[in-house]
Amino acid sequence: MATTTIDPVNERGGLRRRISRVLYQRPRLRLALLLGGPLTWLVVAYLGSLVALLVTSLYHYQDDPTGLVQRLVTSPSTTNYQRVLDTDVYRTVAFRTIGAALSVTVIDLLIAVPVAFYMAKLAGPWVRRALVVAVTMPLWAGYLVKGYAWRAMLDPAGGVLHEVFGHSPGFGVSGTVVTLSYLWLPYMIIPIYAGLERLPNSLLEASTDLGAKAGRTFVRVVLPQIRPSIVAGSIFTFALTLGDFYMAQIVGGTTQFIGNVVYREFSANLPFAAAYATLPIVIMIVYLSAARSSGALEEL
Amino acid sequence: MYVSRAARYLLATFTALVLLVLYFPILYIARLSINKARSYAWPPQGFTLEWWRAASHASGPRDALFRSLETALLASAIALLLGTLASFALTRHRFFGRNAVSFIAVLPIALPGIVTGIALNSGYHRVGINLSLFTLVVAHATFCIVIVYNNVAARLRRLSPSLEEASADLGADVFQTFGYITFPLMRSALLAGALLAFALSFDEIVVTTFTAGAGFETLPLWIFNNMFRPNNLPLVNVVATVVVVLSIIPVYLAQRLSDGAVGVSGR
Repeated sequence: MATTTIDPVNERGGLRRRISRVLYQRPRLRLALLLGGPLTWLVVAYLGSLVALLVTSLYHYQDDPTGLVQRLVTSPSTTNYQRVLDTDVYRTVAFRTIGAALSVTVIDLLIAVPVAFYMAKLAGPWVRRALVVAVTMPLWAGYLVKGYAWRAMLDPAGGVLHEVFGHSPGFGVSGTVVTLSYLWLPYMIIPIYAGLERLPNSLLEASTDLGAKAGRTFVRVVLPQIRPSIVAGSIFTFALTLGDFYMAQIVGGTTQFIGNVVYREFSANLPFAAAYATLPIVIMIVYLSAARSSGALEEL
Repeated sequence: MYVSRAARYLLATFTALVLLVLYFPILYIARLSINKARSYAWPPQGFTLEWWRAASHASGPRDALFRSLETALLASAIALLLGTLASFALTRHRFFGRNAVSFIAVLPIALPGIVTGIALNSGYHRVGINLSLFTLVVAHATFCIVIVYNNVAARLRRLSPSLEEASADLGADVFQTFGYITFPLMRSALLAGALLAFALSFDEIVVTTFTAGAGFETLPLWIFNNMFRPNNLPLVNVVATVVVVLSIIPVYLAQRLSDGAVGVSGR
């Protein structure tokens, strides 16, 4: 029997109604229309470029038989990667950068946990809101300006730190670590604050009722619960430090990080720069996949 | 959890100190922009508006300001469109590869800026596109998409689908439901996302270094190119103050629009 049902809504109207009905009845089509643009953009512009970079890293320059010019060899080889592994300087720079990224992460963690705890659990509602805004705002403004400000403050000749406290780390690795810790601190505070805010107070009260002192409650109850938030924060502090090269230029004196080498080689020897830049990519992919299992990516 | 009075005061003092350290460098530069002395040495000496006057007449910073505004407006417009589409797709649909898509969207801000920068640079190079305003806008839009996405997706997740179902039950078509129901409910999230994308683009320098054409100096690039010239420091102080103010205003507005909770990636 042919269906004779009359749908009062769908039978009315013109083209728009018909398009609407098609869209309504076909979620797959809807999805394709929604996802097509952004996905094409991300895959073509971004993933395509990343792949191009990886392919470039397999090229290398070779001395021309005349010895006067260098020739780009485009048959894939691991020459550049070999050079990274075999050259002392590149290894040292890599370890220095990873060390700086770890230091910045630990410093920010030690500062962020007490601040986030105060914000989420001790401050009154009004103070809490104000603090969230106050901590978040500097995160979005003036990356370079802040680097410049720290240059002014760290300067051993007349900078604030030297004039007021009598000591400045000066321009070097420690100056860069201080500046980077300053820059990325809000990235650590905000996720930890969010994690603590979600943590029910009743959990903490239960721990107290069962006889745990504040310290024990913190270590045994609070820390395990906010671990994903801590990992989320550390993704930012670690990744941002790993790739940074402006701050080493501004407050680092002659300090070289991975980014500085990549930046220098970029115009001279792009394939090598590309190979060296895969180092932070590999480190971050390992870091991100480890973080995924702890549920930290949901916190980003 | 019982926290003793002493510990409370200690934590409050510590938080206050951290805030002081967070804001001091920015305020110090603002103070230096009206400093009589040319150097950035402590303590600041005297007051003058001379540098602000000089900066308003200098063509370098003004050109850089327009370029930064142009880039940020275009990039945030593109990011607003693509990020919104992506957030609808990923919050309203379950499909194979959904996790992979959200992973790709986060990559441009999870990977170091220098990687994104030289990847895009060599990508452009490979297909033979010369660096220009276009390449810079494409680059900025790429890392701004996730900011809009996070903001809009957070709102969509809170939005009950029953409102839209009710609208459809009452006879509205897909477009009417979007226009009368969905869009008004998420307008502020869209605006907040766009504002944050604008601020992020306006302030960006790393990706910019690799994707802006030669001689295309945005404000952050102008600051970097001049901060090592002692004679230009007073101008740098003024420009730096302007950059901070121009990127903090949209962030503040975005905070207000999204009920005070703008996270690290715009959520």
